[in-house]
Amino acid sequence: MIRRLFVILLLLGLGAIFAGLVGGYTPNDALNLSARYYAEHTAQDIGAANIVTAIIVTFRGLDTLGEVTVLFLTAAIVGLVLSHGHREGEGSGRELPPAGELLTTGTQLLVPLILLLGVYVFVNGHLTPGGGFQGGAILASAILLLLLTDPLRRISHGLIATIESTAGLVFVGIGVLGIFFAGGFLDNRILPIGSLGALFSAGAIPIVYSFIGLKVGAEFSSMLANLSETEDL
Amino acid sequence: MSALLIEMSLLLSVTMVAAAILATRGRQSLAIAILAAGLVSLLASVQYLLLAAPDVAMTEAAIGSGLTTFLFFFVLGRVRGGERD
Repeated sequence: MIRRLFVILLLLGLGAIFAGLVGGYTPNDALNLSARYYAEHTAQDIGAANIVTAIIVTFRGLDTLGEVTVLFLTAAIVGLVLSHGHREGEGSGRELPPAGELLTTGTQLLVPLILLLGVYVFVNGHLTPGGGFQGGAILASAILLLLLTDPLRRISHGLIATIESTAGLVFVGIGVLGIFFAGGFLDNRILPIGSLGALFSAGAIPIVYSFIGLKVGAEFSSMLANLSETEDL
Repeated sequence: MSALLIEMSLLLSVTMVAAAILATRGRQSLAIAILAAGLVSLLASVQYLLLAAPDVAMTEAAIGSGLTTFLFFFVLGRVRGGERD
């Protein structure tokens, strides 16, 4: 009973805090200092139509490198923890129920479309909403659909590792090129900025974001493949 | 923010709370709880869209309501298949 009372009190307290936040909210009628800088300088300095992408890949590119590293560490740790339970060969486990007709046919139809959407999202990251992280997650959901249809399907870890490490190396390599040929680490102006809104514009952003997309997709896929290969614990 | 937008996001919030209660307190099967949790994420991504943050909305839709829901179903299938009784 006392526990329940405590929970109710906690909820009331949280409600009071949020009510205070909502009640005291007044929308800004102008951008603050750093937001104004980004809004005014992105178009001519970076050349990206999507300001969020310009911030993520160029202005705050180092943070993105950190995020990608954290994701890589997560995938590596998942692989390390699950590596003890790997199934030896095929069919050592129990008989799996067959995937339904709907799931099998739906997967055959949807997987190419989902892969195409994922690639579209990260290739157009500097023009439309979305980018490497979203595109990579969409790619991984196609892999997940494949694994749902056939849980015994093996996805080559060598291929995933090659894609992942190549993408990481190219990302850092482009960043280092920025030190020598442009203003600093991860500066996108090593390539011509081009005209605002064109596919080949915004310097190195489309290349960097495509490799981030591949890297994120490979990391999520390796986590899913590891989960799928694990013997029941 | 216009009145219509505020009404829409209020409606979405109420639906989200209802789905969240269904996900945590519901007496139905686990599959319905997983679907309700996915619905919370999906409606959250609509909220982000209403707040003019399409990038965040996309991440939420792809990871929160897409990958996580599928992953829960995947794990549910494994756990069910492993029952020995």
